[in-house]
Amino acid sequence: MDETVAEFFKRTILKIPMTEMMTILKAWGFLSENQLQTVNFRQRKESLVQDLVLLCEKKRASLNDAAILDIVYTQFHRHQKVWDVFRMSREPGEDIDLFDMEQFKRSFKKILQRALKNVTISFRDAEENAVWIRIAWGSQYRKPNQYRPVYVVYYSQTPYAFTSSSQLRSNIPLLGQTFETHNSTTPLQERSLGLDINMDSRIIHENRIEKERVQRVTQETFGYYPQPRLEFAQYKLETKFKSDLNGGILAEREEPLRCLIKFSSPHLLEALKALAPAGIADAPLSPLLTCIPNKGMNYFKIRDK
Amino acid sequence: MLKEDCASELKVHLAKSLPLPSNVTRPRIDLIMFVVNLHSKYSLRNVEESLHHVDATFFLGRVGFLATGAGRESHCSVHRNTVVKLAHTYRSPLLFCDLEVEGFRATMAQRLVRMLQICAGHVPGLSALNLLSLLRSSENPSLEDL
Repeated sequence: MDETVAEFFKRTILKIPMTEMMTILKAWGFLSENQLQTVNFRQRKESLVQDLVLLCEKKRASLNDAAILDIVYTQFHRHQKVWDVFRMSREPGEDIDLFDMEQFKRSFKKILQRALKNVTISFRDAEENAVWIRIAWGSQYRKPNQYRPVYVVYYSQTPYAFTSSSQLRSNIPLLGQTFETHNSTTPLQERSLGLDINMDSRIIHENRIEKERVQRVTQETFGYYPQPRLEFAQYKLETKFKSDLNGGILAEREEPLRCLIKFSSPHLLEALKALAPAGIADAPLSPLLTCIPNKGMNYFKIRDK
Repeated sequence: MLKEDCASELKVHLAKSLPLPSNVTRPRIDLIMFVVNLHSKYSLRNVEESLHHVDATFFLGRVGFLATGAGRESHCSVHRNTVVKLAHTYRSPLLFCDLEVEGFRATMAQRLVRMLQICAGHVPGLSALNLLSLLRSSENPSLEDL
């Protein structure tokens, strides 16, 4: 198996929480019941993942199989993504064509591959005549980035398609066109729908880009999973006074200032994670705060170098 | 605010701070409400900095301050008087409303929609400047002592 594919398998399986491992693997359906039985699910996650990847290699799993697994994972974790809704508008008086799912998939794939050089497209049928489409984009000279895919969920009996938000916003019109070419209808009013009344189109978020940046930085710093439960962190400072302003009594002081700062909370790390998205702090947060899980300490002594 | 029955078309722009991104076209802004969370000094500082980016003409009745969080005194790190002084400096009305409380929020929304309609010139015979002087006359007279 290609190294990059093996790596992709490894990282995709690693993402799956242990509690969901069996369920997701079964839903994926690539490894049979018998094969899954041969694996020890009680061992450490890293070893389990290694065993599973080996099993996939033996069974000659392809990139597409890995992509399907990624789709299954995302289906279980759809709530962790932010979705935009697109509605296709039909010309008035036009007949509703009989929809052929297989034909749709074929032409969708063809159109997208014709338009883009390096792209991975995978499909997985879902309930209610829906199809999940996973698209990994590359560029003229680069292979598709499997770690930043876009998902499109298309409900074939409706004019709606949901897409997971992507930083590659330039590709959204292309997706729209792909639907258009297939359906020969005119899209596309971009509306963000949600169950939240906040998603009303009369509300304009001026700092959407900044908001998204903050979300992204927060995700990168804290990850997707719940934080370890911590109730306090303590910082003992022994530093000299620092200020942007020149002069002042404190600035001349030779001796370092001593102070103790204690943060306490029923769930300190979750609280810290929520600071930037809530607008109470800048993102990224001070590394003094974010290093707590990495360093495994919550008592700090800070001195001048 | 959007739930209110309003004959005019209402649009709300939410921004973390000013200035707004300049690469966007947007309709005329009729009213700017600065929301200060009394629980956060960061919030106050943000508003103070944003105020510098507001064109002077807005301060003739098209700016207001909304302070939230006064109900939970123990959480307040910004003193009530600080926002009072701020509003006084900018000659603009200050409203207190605990946005976390549904009832207060609904009432404030009604008030803001009315204010907005006046500022947009949709209420015949009443302008933003009229409204400003009306609101000012009901201010606490001891304000001048601050």
